[in-house]
Amino acid sequence: MTENYEDMEFFAPGHGMCAGCAAPIIVKWVLKLSGPNTIVVNATGCLEVATTAYPHTSWRIPWLHVAFENSAAAASGVEAALRATGEKANVIVFGGDGGTVDIGLQALSGMVERGHNVLYVLYDNEAYMNTGIQRSSATPWGAWTTTSKVGKANPIGKLRPKKPIARIIAAHNAKYVATANPAIFQDFKKKVQKALSYEGPRFLHVLSSCTTGWRHDPSKTIEILRLAADTGLFPLYEIIDGDIENMRITYHPKKFKPVEEYLKMQGRFRHLLKNPDLVKKLQDDVNAWWEKYGYH
Amino acid sequence: MKVMIRGNESIAYAFKLAKVKVIPAYPITPSTLVPEKISEFIANGEMDAQFVPVESEHSAISAAIGASSKGVRVGTATASQGLALMHEVLFIASGMRLPIVMGIGNRALSAPINIWCDHQDMMAQRDTGWMQFYAESNQEGLDLGLMAFKIAEDERILLPAMIGIDAFVLTHTVEPVEMPEQKDVDDFLGEFVPHYVTLDPKKPATLGSFGFPQHYMEFKFGQWVAMEHAKKVIDEVFEKFANKFDRKYSKVSAEFMEDANIAIVTMGSMSGTAREFVKKMREKGKKIGLVKLTVFRPFPKEELLSILKDVPVVAVMERNISFGFGGAVYAEMGANFVNESKSPKILDFIVGLGGRDITFKTFEAVLETAERSLKGEKVDEVNWVDVNKEAVLKVEGSL
Amino acid sequence: MEIVYTRGGVIPYPGNSTENKTGSWRVFKPVINYEKCIRCMICWQFCPEPAILKIKDEDVKKNTPAPKEPIKRLPVPEIDYDYCKGCGICYNECPVNAIDFVKEER
Repeated sequence: MTENYEDMEFFAPGHGMCAGCAAPIIVKWVLKLSGPNTIVVNATGCLEVATTAYPHTSWRIPWLHVAFENSAAAASGVEAALRATGEKANVIVFGGDGGTVDIGLQALSGMVERGHNVLYVLYDNEAYMNTGIQRSSATPWGAWTTTSKVGKANPIGKLRPKKPIARIIAAHNAKYVATANPAIFQDFKKKVQKALSYEGPRFLHVLSSCTTGWRHDPSKTIEILRLAADTGLFPLYEIIDGDIENMRITYHPKKFKPVEEYLKMQGRFRHLLKNPDLVKKLQDDVNAWWEKYGYH
Repeated sequence: MKVMIRGNESIAYAFKLAKVKVIPAYPITPSTLVPEKISEFIANGEMDAQFVPVESEHSAISAAIGASSKGVRVGTATASQGLALMHEVLFIASGMRLPIVMGIGNRALSAPINIWCDHQDMMAQRDTGWMQFYAESNQEGLDLGLMAFKIAEDERILLPAMIGIDAFVLTHTVEPVEMPEQKDVDDFLGEFVPHYVTLDPKKPATLGSFGFPQHYMEFKFGQWVAMEHAKKVIDEVFEKFANKFDRKYSKVSAEFMEDANIAIVTMGSMSGTAREFVKKMREKGKKIGLVKLTVFRPFPKEELLSILKDVPVVAVMERNISFGFGGAVYAEMGANFVNESKSPKILDFIVGLGGRDITFKTFEAVLETAERSLKGEKVDEVNWVDVNKEAVLKVEGSL
Repeated sequence: MEIVYTRGGVIPYPGNSTENKTGSWRVFKPVINYEKCIRCMICWQFCPEPAILKIKDEDVKKNTPAPKEPIKRLPVPEIDYDYCKGCGICYNECPVNAIDFVKEER
């Protein structure tokens, strides 16, 4: 029986993350569940910038930042050093979607392939928020960003779907891969605990809303994230040992809500609502996904 | 004990003798043999270390930072494009004050792609805040490799270091090397103690923080001060090494310089050929001498001033070029004398790029120009030697 | 605060961001109505700062009002206004509407 640290905070207040940002909720819970014997590696991004402005830090556990695209590599080095000295500690990476799904994908792929004993937590707010809401490969189809602008010639915004990063990492035969959502709290918590219980490369893809980039009222963070799950837009599943065929859906909404409910709460999708065909296309895509994978 | 080894093995043996704990590395010609040899040492149980076969050089240096931050001794090796790929992370290693040691198989940069020797790769990393050493031989590669750890890890320094060994000329060439005894190296280096804050769950700290304008510059000044301190610490370590192993190093070595009116400045493996050339010219009564730079960062300003201040002509020979000005060593040599009341005539000779042989013929051409300058004749400041200039000018045209 | 520079920008003071009182960011202020609060701790669970404390002190548990007597056995959520940025997640997520969200007055 490991000790319970749920009532302790390893992530201190006084940080500069926007009011209502979901990322600190994810971070504080991962740390509560991993406890103090943890080393965090953090990719460049909002989380890193807003929590470690010299001489102040929000981290009460050892923390390392090297750069944007190489957190998985830096974590590989930390883990190799632990192996060299025979020490045991959780090595956890926090990276955003840009640092993970785009520029950091190679380092992450290498880390997983080499089998490092690291838990990589992607907090995915679906765009480059730290630089001002530019599209990433994790931005969903139809989202407005400052580099997938909406106008007369493009009424959609981002024209390509989101990269299925969890399945890509699972295809590396990662020990444990799961998608998670802090609003579906018990599922999220269970997955963090499960990920922590395994040895080897583990990957959690956690959806994280951004009040500024998604354009929503800060108080609605959890409500919107819950809708991402309940509309079926962000399915929650887990894949063990790379067995993608046996991907297990861990959260089935009791009754699927129409995607429109999710879209209408966020400024980044406002343009879609003017065009019922676009909303229908998105709904069809969601239905098709669940048709294909939903019965696992 | 004398052994016959290649230059890459010098680096690998230095890591083994220094009991490096983590070696993240990626293969690249001509330094590939370093990770191969490390892998062999580990497989044979001769070395207790973690080899991390990363998927790129960028990840190699990033993993090196991760491991060094955890508080173990870390070494890696690369060359050319690999070193260039590491570029942004090299600043981070030095900015975080991590004493990582890296062997470089000095190789030309693309394009055109070329796997042979020049110093462009390391010169392009001049401003990354790493100490730079250049080896003349495989013995120097091994010795400088060992000393680099002692210098880098010194409490007064804490800066990473790279050791250049020339592509193929050293990396792949077997030479006799005096292999130090393990116990002597243990004595010399002592137990590894990280004199810096590490990632320790018992003593949590934040490494790699965000520096706003009101603080950033102080950290850069800290690096400047450390590099200045390195000048003294390098001398101390060279002396300790000489006392222990009876091989003497200096940041700059001067040979035949007492009465020289022309000094040839070299780095790396060309220094051997240069020495033979100078001896031969001395036999002919020519007053030329040799000045070899072993340390390029920190720049051995004071030593060069004292050695060269009374020499009429200094011929800098270098395997790198900064287009639009000249070679890096030439530029710094000139800057070194700019505030002196007396300065030699400093000439630049671009030689041996992309593995072009540096032979007696090369030195003869250099000497010929230097002698004309000595006579007071006006000569070009930057001279490309052993190049088919006419053929190039036919294509490029001339103004 | 006098600055002590470290090498490499290392911050050896874990969690000292608490010196930044981010409560000054607040425009709206969540106020827990303990008469209605069932102490489910969902507000504590979702607070991103974290600026909601879980008070386990027996006297506080007993002496804080509660809608039903047995609830007084549970830890009490308490907002730390030094850090609360007033995002309103707690107000939005409270299952019994026990948190009011009022304009901050300074």
